[in-house]
Parts: sequence; structure tokens; C-alpha cells
Amino acid sequence: MKPPSLGSILLGLIPFAATCFSVALWDRVYPMVFGLPFNFFWLILWLLLTPVCMWGAYGLEASRQRDTDHEDGGTR
Amino acid sequence: MNPSVIALTVICGIVAVGSLVGFLARFQHKMDLEQWTVGKRSFGVVLVWLLMAGEIYTTYTLLGVSGWTYSRGGPVLYILGVQPLAYVFSFFILPPICEVGKKYRLQTQADVFQTRYGNPYLTAFVALVGVISLLPYAQVQLTGLGIIVEVSSYGGVHRTPAMVVAFGIVAAFVFVSGVRGVAWVSVIKDPLLLFTAVFVGIAVPYIYFGGIGPMFAAVAHAKPNHLAMPGSTANLGHSWYVSTVLLVSLSFYMWPHNFAASFTARSGNTLRRNAVFMPLYSLTQPLIFFVGLTALLVLPGLGNGDLAFLAMVRKTFPAWFLGVVGGAGALTAMVPAAIQLLSAATLFAKNLFRPILAHGMTDPQVAQLAKIMVLVLTISALVLAIYTSASLVSLLLVGYAGVAQLLPGIVFGLYSKRVTTTGVFAGMVTGIAIVVPLMLLGRDPYKGVNAGFIALCCNFAVTGVVSLLTTVRASGFDDTLPLAASPGGTGARSV
Repeated sequence: MKPPSLGSILLGLIPFAATCFSVALWDRVYPMVFGLPFNFFWLILWLLLTPVCMWGAYGLEASRQRDTDHEDGGTR
Repeated sequence: MNPSVIALTVICGIVAVGSLVGFLARFQHKMDLEQWTVGKRSFGVVLVWLLMAGEIYTTYTLLGVSGWTYSRGGPVLYILGVQPLAYVFSFFILPPICEVGKKYRLQTQADVFQTRYGNPYLTAFVALVGVISLLPYAQVQLTGLGIIVEVSSYGGVHRTPAMVVAFGIVAAFVFVSGVRGVAWVSVIKDPLLLFTAVFVGIAVPYIYFGGIGPMFAAVAHAKPNHLAMPGSTANLGHSWYVSTVLLVSLSFYMWPHNFAASFTARSGNTLRRNAVFMPLYSLTQPLIFFVGLTALLVLPGLGNGDLAFLAMVRKTFPAWFLGVVGGAGALTAMVPAAIQLLSAATLFAKNLFRPILAHGMTDPQVAQLAKIMVLVLTISALVLAIYTSASLVSLLLVGYAGVAQLLPGIVFGLYSKRVTTTGVFAGMVTGIAIVVPLMLLGRDPYKGVNAGFIALCCNFAVTGVVSLLTTVRASGFDDTLPLAASPGGTGARSV
């Protein structure tokens, strides 16, 4: 099985860094943003930003796939 | 008219319409094993999205999550951490699974192990772990159905008879329609649930506090520690959060039913596109938190936090609206329950019973046995639901600790040539030997870390070390080997 590209793995690690490993930095009530405690606000924000990262990863994987399809077509 | 009669009538109406859609969906398709289990691998983006969303938004995300918000506070945020990360991980792991599934005509998670490692005992063990882990999950849905009927009848109908009736309907429904019917019920269920979550989530804080901001200000003032971790708990702090988020997001697609949903997709790209957009569907989840937090101040002292969402709706809105919410909740319990039972029954019949006990079974006989197993498993989940009283979220975390142990075998199986059958077996046994005693002795979290996560780390380590110490044999996914003659994957590579 061909592993995914390094670029898309790095893009996928961004949401993990932002919402999982860094919990001690953002798990606080104040400052409240838009009336939400800061930890709620931060995680909701990343519901919106995660698709942005993964859209980038999708672009990378799709273009890589087109390349390999092209090569396969060439050798046949 | 009696409010409980109004609410229950509306619920029954919604459940009847939902079931009818499911029953009708089957008539256009001839029902064989492959259609029943993986819908002939013909689902496009929309139907896969419906199926996956239908599996993800369950009683647990509605009642369980508002319950934890009410009783635990801050730690419930792990749900918001998990949902996007599970899709991120799925972006990398599901497309290759879909591709091998198509190539070797696989139908279940255990089929992947069979084709990759070619050992029927490993496969049977994987199937057993899957089936046992699914039971608490089905139990969550069942308990949820019981709570819905109990609250909507204003305490008039007791939970146990309600659960018995509800699961009769679920079993009948799985029996007749298979996976395609289940996906189509989501056409009714998802808009209804979305409407419910958005409307109730905005209206309830507005009615009692004048908005979401003032509601949070009031909670922060009345219970200063409730909103950040560890909230109103002693030991669910940051190390618990990180370990639980990792465990749950990495093993989310190890649930046999979530895993098998990737076989219904037309191509790996369908699944990648899904993974990109699925986190947006989670935007309704915070609204459910708001209801739980409002209940914390408005309805203090509920004995069972899982009642918070419905009790809040009952206190605030007229009976017919409680019926609409209850109906949405009932479908939300029935759809995942149906899928979970279908997956568990297929796993048992196809990957445990046939290869180990009855080699000569034909596919139609396997389908027959799977249908009998739907009944057996439903009754088991019912018995468990009647006799245990853990909170919905805690029950689910037990199941997660189990299915997580399948992860190393899948990840290494797809991407490594060096992994061996003995290694995967040893890792899984180690993981389970660690997690079961910790759970049974009530030592989860262990020293502030999720017990399932500790087991998963040991599992990975043992799988790696033992694999390096044992001899490698050719991978079943190796392109140079001749393809299996018999469709379905089972037994294809066993020598």
C-alpha cells in the first residue's frame, strides 16, 4: 500500500497539535470570546479550520493520484 | 388531552414514517449477502455521507453528551476534540481500506485481517473483540430509547417495557432492510435531528438567560470550576483529555460498523472528500452542550445526568414538541443500533462461526445465521441495558478501549511489510489483558491516563517487537500473488 504524502500528513497533524496536545494552553474560561468560554471557542474554531487543512491535503493527494494514473497509462 | 399521550403519539408517528422509508428502500434491490451488508459498494458521496453521519450522531451524542455536560462539565469537551480528529485520521486510513475491500471483495473488518494475515484464528479473535465491544454500544442506544419513552410519557411508561418494544422494532427493521434501508432512514432522521439540536440549543439558553453568552456568564459565576477541565470530576484532567482524544479519534473507525461503511463507498476519493467536510457536521454538537449547561442551573439535582436534555425540553416546550424531539431521538437511537447489530451479526456468522465451526456453509446460510444472530445480540444488549446503570458516555468508552486494540493490526497491515501474524496476535492479547482488569477493577483512568490508551500503547509496542522477532510471510495484499478464486475473502489465503 502506498503511504500518503508527507505534505498531507503534516497538514493532518496541524489539527492534532491545535486541539489535542496543546490542551494546557487553551483550556481556560477567560477571556470569553463571543460569549463563549475560551476553551469552547477554541475547539469550535477548529471545527471550521480542520476542513481547511484537510482540503489542502485532499488537493495534494488528488494531484498525486492524477500523476500516478498518468504514469500507469504511459507504461501500458 | 393527556400530555404524555400527545408526546408518545408524535414519537410513534415519526418512528413509523422512518421505518417505512427503510422498508421501502429495499424493494428496488435484490437482497443477497453483499447487498445486505455493503449495499453492493455502489454508494456515492451523498449516501456514504448519510450512512456515516447516521452512525456518528447517536443517542450518545444527543443524550449522553448533554448528560456529561450536566454532570461532569469541562471533560465533555473531549467530544469536540475527537470529532474533527477522527475524520482527519479517516482521511488517511479509510481510502486504502476501501481499495483493498473492492479488490478482494471484502465485507467485514475481520475479512481485512483474513486477507492480510491468512490466519483464521486471528480473524475469529478480531471478530470476537468486535462483537463484544459492540454490545455496550448497542446498549447505549437501547438505554437512550428507554430514557426517551420514560421522559416523554412523564414517567407513565417504565423504561424496561419501553426498551423491549423499541428493540423489537429495531431487530425487525435490520432483518428486513439491511444497510441500504438503514442509510435511507437517515434522510428523515438527520434533518429532524439537526432542526431539533439547532432550535433547542438556541432557544433554551435564550428563554432562561436571554442568550448563550449570558448563560455561560451565569454558569461561570455559579460554578467557577465546572467549565474547564477537570470540571466537576476528580481525575478527568489534561492527561486524561489528551489520552482519551487520541484513543477515541484513532479508534473511531475501528468500530466494525464504521469500518465497514468504507466498503460501501464507490472509491477512496469519495471517502477523502467526506473526511474533509464531516467536521462541519459537528457544529451542532456545542448546541447540545448549551442545553446541558442550562439544565445545570435551571434543573439542579437530576439523579441521572442523561435525563438532562429531555427534561429540559419537557420543562420548556409543549407536549407535541417533546414528541418531535423524542421522535428524532428515537430514530437517532434506532439507526445506529440497527447498523451496529447488523455489523456484529455479520462478523459473528461470517468470520467466527463459519471458518472455525462450519466450513461448508454457503453464503445464503451465512446470511440466515447472521439474521438469527441479530436476534441473539439484540436480546443480549437488552439484558445488559436492563441490569447495568453506567452513564451513556462511560459505557461507550468501555467499547472504545476494546476496538482500539484492532488498530495496530490494521495500520501495520496496510503500510508495513515487516509485521507478522504472531506479532499482531501478541499485541492484541496484551492490550486486552491490560484493559480488561483495569476496567473491571474501576481503575480507569489509571493515574490520570485513559486505561484504553495505555493498553493501545502496549499493544503497539508488543506488536512491533514480536513482529521483528518472528519470520515474515507474504502479505495477502501483495499484488504479485494470484487473486483469490472465491469471492468474499474468507479463507482465501489460509493454507
